[in-house]
Amino acid sequence: MSTWVVEAQNLHKTFAWTPVLNDISCRIAPAEAVGIFGLNGAGKTTLLRLLATLLKPTAGRLTLFGLDSSELAVRRKIGFLGHESYLYPDLTPEENLTFYGKAYQVPDLKDRIAQQLEYVGLQDWRTMPVRYFSRGMEQRLSLARALLHGPDLLLLDEPDTGLDPRALSTLHATLAQAKDRKKTVMLTSHDFARSRELCTRALILHRGRIAWQSEEALRPGSGQALPSPQEFVELYTACTR
Amino acid sequence: MKKVPLGSHLVDSFLPWLTCVAMLVALAMVFLYVPNERVQGEVQRIFYFHLPSAWMAFLGFFIVAGASAAFLWQGKRSADLLAQAAAELGMVFCSLVLLTGPLWARPIWGVWWTWDPRLTMTLVLWLIYAAYVLLRVFAGDNETVARYAAVLGIVGVIDIPLLYISIRLWRGIHPKVEQMAPEMAWTLLVCTGAFVCVFTWLLRLRLRSLHLRDEIRALRQHVVAAS
Amino acid sequence: MWAILWKDILLELRTKERVSALFVLALLIILVFVFALTPEQLKQPAFGSALLWVALVFAGMLSIQRALILEQERNCFAGLLLCPIDPGQVFFAKFLSNVFFLTVVEAVVAPLTLALLGLSFSVSLLGLPLVLLLGIIGFSALGTLCAAIAVRTRAREIILPLMLLPLLVPLFIAAVHVTGALLVGEVWTGTWFRVLVAFDVIFVVTGWLTFGFVVQE
Repeated sequence: MSTWVVEAQNLHKTFAWTPVLNDISCRIAPAEAVGIFGLNGAGKTTLLRLLATLLKPTAGRLTLFGLDSSELAVRRKIGFLGHESYLYPDLTPEENLTFYGKAYQVPDLKDRIAQQLEYVGLQDWRTMPVRYFSRGMEQRLSLARALLHGPDLLLLDEPDTGLDPRALSTLHATLAQAKDRKKTVMLTSHDFARSRELCTRALILHRGRIAWQSEEALRPGSGQALPSPQEFVELYTACTR
Repeated sequence: MKKVPLGSHLVDSFLPWLTCVAMLVALAMVFLYVPNERVQGEVQRIFYFHLPSAWMAFLGFFIVAGASAAFLWQGKRSADLLAQAAAELGMVFCSLVLLTGPLWARPIWGVWWTWDPRLTMTLVLWLIYAAYVLLRVFAGDNETVARYAAVLGIVGVIDIPLLYISIRLWRGIHPKVEQMAPEMAWTLLVCTGAFVCVFTWLLRLRLRSLHLRDEIRALRQHVVAAS
Repeated sequence: MWAILWKDILLELRTKERVSALFVLALLIILVFVFALTPEQLKQPAFGSALLWVALVFAGMLSIQRALILEQERNCFAGLLLCPIDPGQVFFAKFLSNVFFLTVVEAVVAPLTLALLGLSFSVSLLGLPLVLLLGIIGFSALGTLCAAIAVRTRAREIILPLMLLPLLVPLFIAAVHVTGALLVGEVWTGTWFRVLVAFDVIFVVTGWLTFGFVVQE
C-alpha cells in the first residue's frame, strides 16, 4: 500500500496524434494542496482530467490511492470541478444531486443533499430547474456535486475564474476545511499571486512538461516553502523561456 | 525525427512490376486463352474480374476488422492507418463489383440490376464501407475518432453473417459456378493472383501516404513550436 | 445503472419533448405513406408491416439521438464518466431508456397504424407486441452504440443514419417478414423470428462490450 495519493510515473498523453503531456512524473502526499500553473495550452486541464480518470494516459503509469487509475473504486475518492458544471439543466438541484448521489452510492442521501445545498447556500432554490440559475449559482451547485460523496482528492480546474464572490468564499472555506481533514487538493490556475495562499506546493507546466516543481512532502509542512510572488515570476519566466 | 516504418524497400520496388506482369498475363488469359462460356458467350468473361473484385472487397473488410481489433487492443497508430487504408480500398473494390455486376446482368438477365442476394449484399457492404469512410471524413483525425472507426469496423464484420443469412432467406440464389473447365479455373486463379497483387500494392501505397501525412504533420508542429 | 435510467425518465417527465416529438413524427411518416400509396396497396399486410417499421426506425433514430444529446449539454457525459460506473452499465442504462421510450411511443402508434390502415384485429395479432419489442431491443442496442459515436462528431445528424441504417438491414428484413406473417395469420415463429432474436442477442452483447472504447478518452 502506497502512502501517496497520486503517483504518476512517466505519463504521456497525445491528442490528435501529437503530444499534449510529456513524461509527467510526480507524487502527491495526503493533505497537500498543489497548484498547477502554466500558460493556456500548457496541458493543465489535460493533466487534471487524467488525474480525474476522465482520460486514459497514452503511456505511463498512474496510481491513485495505491490503486491503478483504471479501477472503478478510485473514482469514489475523487471529486472533480471542471469548466462545465455537469448538471442537467432541466432537473432541479435536488434531483441533480440525487442522481449523482445514487451513482456514487452515497449513504443517507437525503440528509447529505440537504446539508450540501445549505453549505453552498442554495437551499432556497432546491426546486428550481438549473436552467434558470446564474453562472455563479450553477458553479456553486457544481461544487456541491463534486463534494457530495466526500472525496479524499479534490481536483479543481481553474476554480478562480468565473466564480461570483459568494462562490469564491465557499470555495476558500472548502479548501481550508480540506486542509483540516487531511484531504488532498489539486487546482489549476494561471494566477499565482491569487492562488498562492491556497497551496502548499506548486508545479509549473510548460508545453506539456513539468518545468519546475517544489519539493515533495510526505508530512504536511515538510516540503519546501513556496516562493514569493516575485520569485515565482522570475522562476516562471526562467523555465518557460 | 522518427523514421516512418515503410517496410522493406525490396517489396516496394518489385511489387509494381509483379502487378504489371500479373495483370498483363491475366488480361491475355481472359481475352485470348479462355474459351467462350457455352450459354452466356463473350459477356461471361467479365466474371474473371467480377469475382476477384468481390473477394478483395471481402478481404478488405476482414483486414479492417483485424486491424481495428489490434488498434483497440494496443492503440498503435499503424494499426489504425492500416484499417483506414483497407477500408478505402475495400470500398474501391466493392464499387468494381457493383459496376461489373450490372454490365454482365444486362445482356444475361435483361436488367441492369436485380435484387439478387449477392448483389444486395455487396450493396449493403458498400454502404457500410461508405459510412466508415465518411465517419473518418466528418469526424476528423484523432485518437477518439480512431476508436470510433475501430468499433464501427468490428460491428460491421459482426453484422456480415446476419446480413448474409437474412438476405439469402429473403431472395433466390445467385448464378452458381458449376463445373468449370480447367482453362476457366486457371484463368480465374491467375486473375485472383493479379488482383491480390493490385490490392497489396495499392494498400502499401495508401499506407505510405498516410504515414507520410503523419510525418508532415509532426514536422509542421515542430516548426511551429520552434518559431 | 438504475440511477441513470431514473434520471432519463425524470428528465422526460419534466420536458415531455421526446415522447411527444416521436409520436408526431411517427404519425407524419405514416401519413406520407398513406398519401403515396393507393388504397388497394394500403390494404395489403405487406405494406402495413413495412410502414410500421419504417415509422419505427425513423422515429427511433430521433429518440436515440436525443438521449445522447441530453448528455452533451453542460458536458454531463463527462460527469457520468466520473462516477464509479462501468461503461457497460452506462450502455445498458442508455439502451434501456431508449427501449422504454420507443415502447411507450409504439404502444400508441402501432394500434393507430393498424386502425388507420383498416386492418382487422385478430387473435394472431397478440404476438405483435412481442415482435415490436424484439425489434425495439435490437434497434436500441445498435442505435445506442452508433449514436454515442455520432453525437460527438460534427454533422452528427448525417452520420447517424449513414452508420445505423446499413447495419440494421438484417433486423429490418426479419422484423418486416415476421410482422407480415403475423398480419396475415401465418406461422411467424419460424426462421425469421430466430434471425430477429439472434440480432438482438448479438448486438446487446457487442454494445455492452465495446461501449467502453467509445466513451472513454
